[in-house]
Amino acid sequence: MKHLISIEDLTKQEILKILDKAEEFEDVALGIRKCRILEGKILANLFFEPSTRTRISFETAMKRLGGEVVNISAQEASSIAKGETLADTIKVVSNYCDAIVIRHPLEGAARFAAENSAVPVINAGDGAGQHPTQTLLDLYTIRKECRKLEGISIALVGDLKYSRTIHSLIKALTLFDTKIYLVSPEILSLPEDFLEELNGDIKRAKLEDIIGEIDVLYVTRIQKERFLDEEEYRKVAGSYRITTATVEKMKESAIILHPLPRVDEIDVKVDSMRQARYFKQAFYGVPVRMAILSEVML
Amino acid sequence: MKERELVVSKIREGTVIDHIPAGKALLVLKILGIDERTKETVSMALNVPSKKMGRKDIVKVEGLFIKEEELNKIALIAPNATINLIRDYEIEKKFKVKLPEVVKGILRCPNRMCISNSKEPIKSIFYVKVQDNEVFAKCHYCGRRIRELAEFLL
Repeated sequence: MKHLISIEDLTKQEILKILDKAEEFEDVALGIRKCRILEGKILANLFFEPSTRTRISFETAMKRLGGEVVNISAQEASSIAKGETLADTIKVVSNYCDAIVIRHPLEGAARFAAENSAVPVINAGDGAGQHPTQTLLDLYTIRKECRKLEGISIALVGDLKYSRTIHSLIKALTLFDTKIYLVSPEILSLPEDFLEELNGDIKRAKLEDIIGEIDVLYVTRIQKERFLDEEEYRKVAGSYRITTATVEKMKESAIILHPLPRVDEIDVKVDSMRQARYFKQAFYGVPVRMAILSEVML
Repeated sequence: MKERELVVSKIREGTVIDHIPAGKALLVLKILGIDERTKETVSMALNVPSKKMGRKDIVKVEGLFIKEEELNKIALIAPNATINLIRDYEIEKKFKVKLPEVVKGILRCPNRMCISNSKEPIKSIFYVKVQDNEVFAKCHYCGRRIRELAEFLL
């Protein structure tokens, strides 16, 4: 693998290989075992949009493997962008490092960056497009916490229209034998074109009808910034608030995931319930990104 | 053939584009860069009865030989079009347009958040596909599908 731009670039076998590798790195991610396989390598974190979790988890992953990181923050990146094209920035930065992680507000920016880069490019989110490393960590979390990936039923809840996390995840889930329920307000439903391209057991559903049978409840934030009309946002903002009462209807073995950050779509009281796994999910980002970094750089 | 000759006269040298879906002839002229300043003689037949298509359009341009990029564009809006290259009133070459698998720099992505619409040094790339007899194109960069291809021709 040279670049990681879209989850569609990976076969099911390649996905499973990364998940297996992540498993091997878990104790390194926890600091229990030392591993220096990326010593002497430099990763450039090129973030044209603010990010905390993704950027820091890449940085942690790189450092845990003995490598170095140079960060170009959103502010610096935007000032570069004012005077320089992304193509030129990538050509320059790729001379300084061994791999680039990029987050950019425009869809397709990561693919374009890869076309201009001398080193592997990893997409850390491009607009409403793709977020493949988040998907890999989501799959890893499901496999770890549900002890299987095949045969699960999952409800994707919230903003299915603009969420790049959802767009990547749903494509990956269709590679496995999963039952997918789409739960969203009408105006935030998965685009019809997108749905047409997918083969799999995918249905629109009401949360109350399926809450008792699902294995995974995957909640996303309804993104206020996508709404031009604040009133419209308010109408849908609270439509999928997960409370302790919701969780009590779930199976004991079911899990709740969220790519974070959350606003108010999951009540903090849910955090202490056994189904809540979103903070663990955030941790799994480190071993998964270690696996990805070692895959593209070695 | 006879039926067609009745409605549009023969040309000495140039290109005849036949089997254009009815109503698309003006678009074909636009693709060929034909406008009010054009010096070539252009004849056009609209809504001609056709056994295969029901109704079709035909375009004949004297003195113009079609280029590959124009062929690709025509194929996108008229996938069954036939091209006749004429020399000295005779058909020198006749062929059907071929739907290209990939088109570069001839379609614009409708997604304003797509990198291909930015100020980057970038040419749009679309993968052309057929589904249920309908031609559509998918953006290489953002994945957006276009169905009304004519609206997004550059």
